[in-house]
Amino acid sequence: MKKIALVAMVFLAIAGAWAQTNIEFWHAMTGKNAETVQALADRFNATQKDFKVVPVFKGSYSDTMNAGIAAFRAGQAPHIIQVYEVGTATMMAAKGAVKPVYQLMAENNEKFDPKVYIPTITGYYSTSDGKMLSLPFNSSTSVMYYNKDAFKKAGLDPEKPPVTWPEFFEMAKKLKASGMEGGFTTNWISWIQLENFSAWHNLPFGTKNNGFDGLDTQLVFNNDTVIKHLQTISDLSKAGVFIYGGRENKANPLFSSGRVGLHFESIGGYANFKNTCKFEFGVATLPYYPDVKGAPQNSIIGGASLWVFNNKPKADYKGVADFMAFISLPENQAFWHQSTGYLPITNAAYDLTKSQGFYKTNPGPEVAIKQLLRAAPTGNSMGIRFGNFNIIREIEDQTWEDILAGKISVKDGINKMVLDGNKTLREFERLNK
Amino acid sequence: MAKQYEFPSKGLPYLLVLPQMVIVFMFFFWPSAQAIWQSFFLQDPFGGRVIFVGFENYTKLFGDPDYWASFRVSVLFALAITVSSMSISLFLAIQTNKKIRFDSFYKTMMIWPYAVATMVAGVLWLFMFNPNVGIIAWLLKYKMGVDWNHLLKADQAFLLLTIASSWKQIAYNFVFFLAGLQGVPLPLVEAAAMDGAGPVKRFWRIIFPMLSPTTFYLLVMNLVYGFFETFPIVHQVTAGGPGKATQILVYKVWRDGVINLDLGGSSAQSVILMIMVIGLTVVQFRFIERKVTY
Repeated sequence: MKKIALVAMVFLAIAGAWAQTNIEFWHAMTGKNAETVQALADRFNATQKDFKVVPVFKGSYSDTMNAGIAAFRAGQAPHIIQVYEVGTATMMAAKGAVKPVYQLMAENNEKFDPKVYIPTITGYYSTSDGKMLSLPFNSSTSVMYYNKDAFKKAGLDPEKPPVTWPEFFEMAKKLKASGMEGGFTTNWISWIQLENFSAWHNLPFGTKNNGFDGLDTQLVFNNDTVIKHLQTISDLSKAGVFIYGGRENKANPLFSSGRVGLHFESIGGYANFKNTCKFEFGVATLPYYPDVKGAPQNSIIGGASLWVFNNKPKADYKGVADFMAFISLPENQAFWHQSTGYLPITNAAYDLTKSQGFYKTNPGPEVAIKQLLRAAPTGNSMGIRFGNFNIIREIEDQTWEDILAGKISVKDGINKMVLDGNKTLREFERLNK
Repeated sequence: MAKQYEFPSKGLPYLLVLPQMVIVFMFFFWPSAQAIWQSFFLQDPFGGRVIFVGFENYTKLFGDPDYWASFRVSVLFALAITVSSMSISLFLAIQTNKKIRFDSFYKTMMIWPYAVATMVAGVLWLFMFNPNVGIIAWLLKYKMGVDWNHLLKADQAFLLLTIASSWKQIAYNFVFFLAGLQGVPLPLVEAAAMDGAGPVKRFWRIIFPMLSPTTFYLLVMNLVYGFFETFPIVHQVTAGGPGKATQILVYKVWRDGVINLDLGGSSAQSVILMIMVIGLTVVQFRFIERKVTY
């Protein structure tokens, strides 16, 4: 009798498992971030019995996106896929392939108020009239890091980081004069010194509200302010005050090993610096040129968002919508924010984190949030929406190296970035109109 | 000469080669056909929209000075690797083939780098020479006064890639040269010595010609390695930079296709590469092989 009961129980358990629908979630997170993704899924799975969210690591951002594309073409797409910000326009243009989040939420009668989200974050992934296409997942923005110990040594006030670019360059020179190898470096010349720089100064990066209002957008960042900015950095590079550290985030060791005293990096790198820097460092907002009207505005985000694939069984979408609503809850957002260092996507999660006293020991992330919330975003500071965005950034990175190597002048280089970038924009337009 | 074996039925040999043919078809013919097909289209990555453009993907490439630059650097790179790794490994093989102490120890050590995966080799050399963290970069800069910065200096980037790629290939070449040297009949060399030929003359007149099959084989393998298998090293060490200075053809195919999602352009590039390989192989076996004594 006992045996029969046992067998029956096993069968029931299997039947129960069968009734549960798996929601596949492909992501590109590693290390602690991947653990936190799994923890979010576990939390969600524990709240109900109908769905089971299964996170699957698929490699780098581009690997994950390629895996998603290949799977979609083979009819095997996952439900949810994490796509980096440069892939946004490509995903948007893939009309039959994705289900916009606002539509998903409406179809499944999910309680969904776009206003609870931080506009600079959700705006990046919404249409220009505010319809959310993908759910922001891991978002960051660029900030300035400075070495407080080096500031003291150079006779500078460690509690007064530079606020404007002229101040910044002066301090950088003083840091070098105090015996450091150089004054400053930067990661992500494209994302930080061009895209964020333009948004922060409320200057258009591209026409049509940086591409939000149409595929016939043109790059226009070859203005005097940008030219002056890169010219100054290039000149300081010759003087050894600026040290080039490589593309993407390759310049980090220059700062963490104390060879330069000022650095620009995503707030996502905050935890990393806390682990690797053997000195006290501070986080401050991006500098600005005081003679530019409207500066400082707000900075823009980077990172990735969650897209939902089309053509899955209708019942599955209920689970996807529930999961997205679940991870947007303040307590889950606060958990994500505090475990990974990425920014919370709702104001409520920010307030919750503040009330928990997190920023007392981690002042860096709050600088980033305040920088994002500094002003209501304008057409120049909502985000960037370009097709072939990867190619555009690649052109910028390559040309910047040619500028620093003296192969091309700053002005010609920036004009080349715009010219070549516009060519790839036209190709995207031709294919997708 | 060789004994011939007659199969009892006509079908059996076909059946026996079938598995191999299936593999070749699936992993070579099918993808190649797809690449040729895709090279005539512009398409969005999801396959939603496809525009037939004829030869536009090709004309765009050939009209692009950057593509020619990539072509040039690929050829130079493959030649540099082939010449440096073959000459160094031949020298080393001759040295260890002499009767010296610890020769088997040297031989083992020499072969070792071949066991290192190309990707790992790239990381190794990157860590040593990276201007931000590398120990050798530091030595060069602060102890020897060399302004080492391959992140901005194209010549240094090219040199570093050549050293890193050759290092791995030297081990491979070494094994073959050593085996080739051991196959040279000693009486021949001794007879030449008796006739008064010095070591240099003996090498060029007897040993080197006897090695020619090995040399020819290695020439082909090294060129192929230089063109196609150095991708992981370029990917790790320079990512094609500074600017586009070390963007070799295989790296460009990958970037344009996988990262930039330009499937048409990337397919056209891979078709060009395919034609190059076919051409290279035909030329090598048709003309160079004739001068080689097997």
